[in-house]
Amino acid sequence: MNAKKRQLTVAVTGLNAIDSPGPGVAVIRGIRDCADWDVRIIGLSYESLEPGIYMEGVCDKVYQIPYPAAGTEAIFNRIEYIHEKESIDVLIPNFDAELYNFIKLSPKLEEIGIHTFLPTTAQFEARDKINLFEFGKKHGFYVPKQVVIYSVSELPKVAEELGYPLVVKGKFYDAIIAQTLEQAQKAFHKLSAKWGTPIIVQEFINGTEINVAALGDGKGGTISAVPMRKMYITDKGKAWAGITLEDDRFLEMARKFCKATKWRGGYELEIMLSIDGKPYIMEVNPRFPAWIYLTVGAGQNQPAALVKMAMGHDVKPYDKYAIGKLFIRYSWDLITDIEDFQKISAFGEY
Amino acid sequence: MKLNKNLAVSETGFIFNPTSGDSFTANEIGTEIINLMKESKSIADIKTALLDKYDVEGNQLEKDVDDFMVLLRDNNLIQYER
Repeated sequence: MNAKKRQLTVAVTGLNAIDSPGPGVAVIRGIRDCADWDVRIIGLSYESLEPGIYMEGVCDKVYQIPYPAAGTEAIFNRIEYIHEKESIDVLIPNFDAELYNFIKLSPKLEEIGIHTFLPTTAQFEARDKINLFEFGKKHGFYVPKQVVIYSVSELPKVAEELGYPLVVKGKFYDAIIAQTLEQAQKAFHKLSAKWGTPIIVQEFINGTEINVAALGDGKGGTISAVPMRKMYITDKGKAWAGITLEDDRFLEMARKFCKATKWRGGYELEIMLSIDGKPYIMEVNPRFPAWIYLTVGAGQNQPAALVKMAMGHDVKPYDKYAIGKLFIRYSWDLITDIEDFQKISAFGEY
Repeated sequence: MKLNKNLAVSETGFIFNPTSGDSFTANEIGTEIINLMKESKSIADIKTALLDKYDVEGNQLEKDVDDFMVLLRDNNLIQYER
C-alpha cells in the first residue's frame, strides 16, 4: 500500500507564456513533475490573455491579481481573499516588477500561513543593475564598467571614459548599442522616455552569452546551478532554444554569488564570456528565468527544491546535471471559448 | 596537439563541445582523423595512416590535414600541448 502523499497548494505568477515569456508555466511544470506531493496549482494572472490561464494541465484555478502599482495593501487583500478559498501553502512570484511588493509582504503572508522563499530587500537591491558595478567590485566579480547618469549632458564625458561602442541601458529593461555620441544621445532620449531616469551607460563586452539558472538556500549555499547557452535568439533577445553546458567557471560564479549575498531563492546570472576568456556578470535577474524547465530536464528540479525549502525542509544540493540537454520552445494555437475568457476577464477567476 | 578532453564525438562524425555548446558535423575523413586523435595518435602517425589507406599525393594530404587542424583549432576543439 502506498503512503498517502502530502497535499500542497502552490500559487504562481508569470503565466504569460508568450514570445517574451514569464517563467510561471515552466515553474509549474517543474512542481508538477515532482512526485513528493499531490499539488494543486493556483495561477495568479494580471491579464486575461495570459496563455497559462487556459493551458491544459497547468493551473487548477486562476485568479486575477492587481498590478504591482496598486501597492502592497491591495495585493495583500486580494491574496488574503484567494487564501481563504484555497489555503495556499507556498507562493512563488516570478516577475521582477512584483518582487519588491512580495518581499515586503512576505512576513504578513507568513503570518497567515503562506510561505515564500525570497531574497531580502537588501539582497534584491544590491544586484539591481544600477548597483551592479559596485556589487562586482565589492565581491570580486568581473562586471562591465558603467556610469549611471540622469542627464544627456553627462554623455560626452562618460563616452570619452568608456569608449565606443558602448551600451545605453534603461532602468528596468532594454539596451541599445551606440557607436557614436549621436547614437548614444538618441538612445538616452528613447530609453528615458520609456523607463525614466537614471540611464546606465556601460562598457561594451564582446563575447559569448551564457546564462546560469541557480537556487540559493539563504545561508550562503547553492542548491542548484545549471549553465545554458542560447542557441536561437528571438528579435526580442529571448532564448528560443538552448543547451546545457559543462564549464565549472560558471558553476563557481553561482556558488560565489550565493556565498557573497546569502541569496534566498531562484535567480539567473547573465554572463558574457569575453573573447579573452573573462566571465563578466552582465545582469542578475532576481527570480527563475523562463527557461527554468531545462534545469528539470537536466536533472535539477529547481522549482520543486524551492517549494521544499519554502516549506521549511532541508534540501541537499544537487551535484550533477545532464550536459548537452536542449530545450526548444514552440508556439501553439490554443482554442478556447468566449465563456472561459469571460470568466477571467469579468469575474477575475477561472 | 590533442582533442579537448570533454569533447563528445559520435561514430557518425557529430561533434559536441560541452563547454561552448557548439556542435559540428565532420565528413567521413574528418571523422576518421578525429577518431584517430581520440586514440591519442600523433598528427604524423595520422598522416601516415591516411597515406597508406587512400590514393592521395603526400603534399596534398599534408595540406588537407593541416587545414583541418586549423579548422579544429579555430573552433576551439583542440589544444596545443606545451
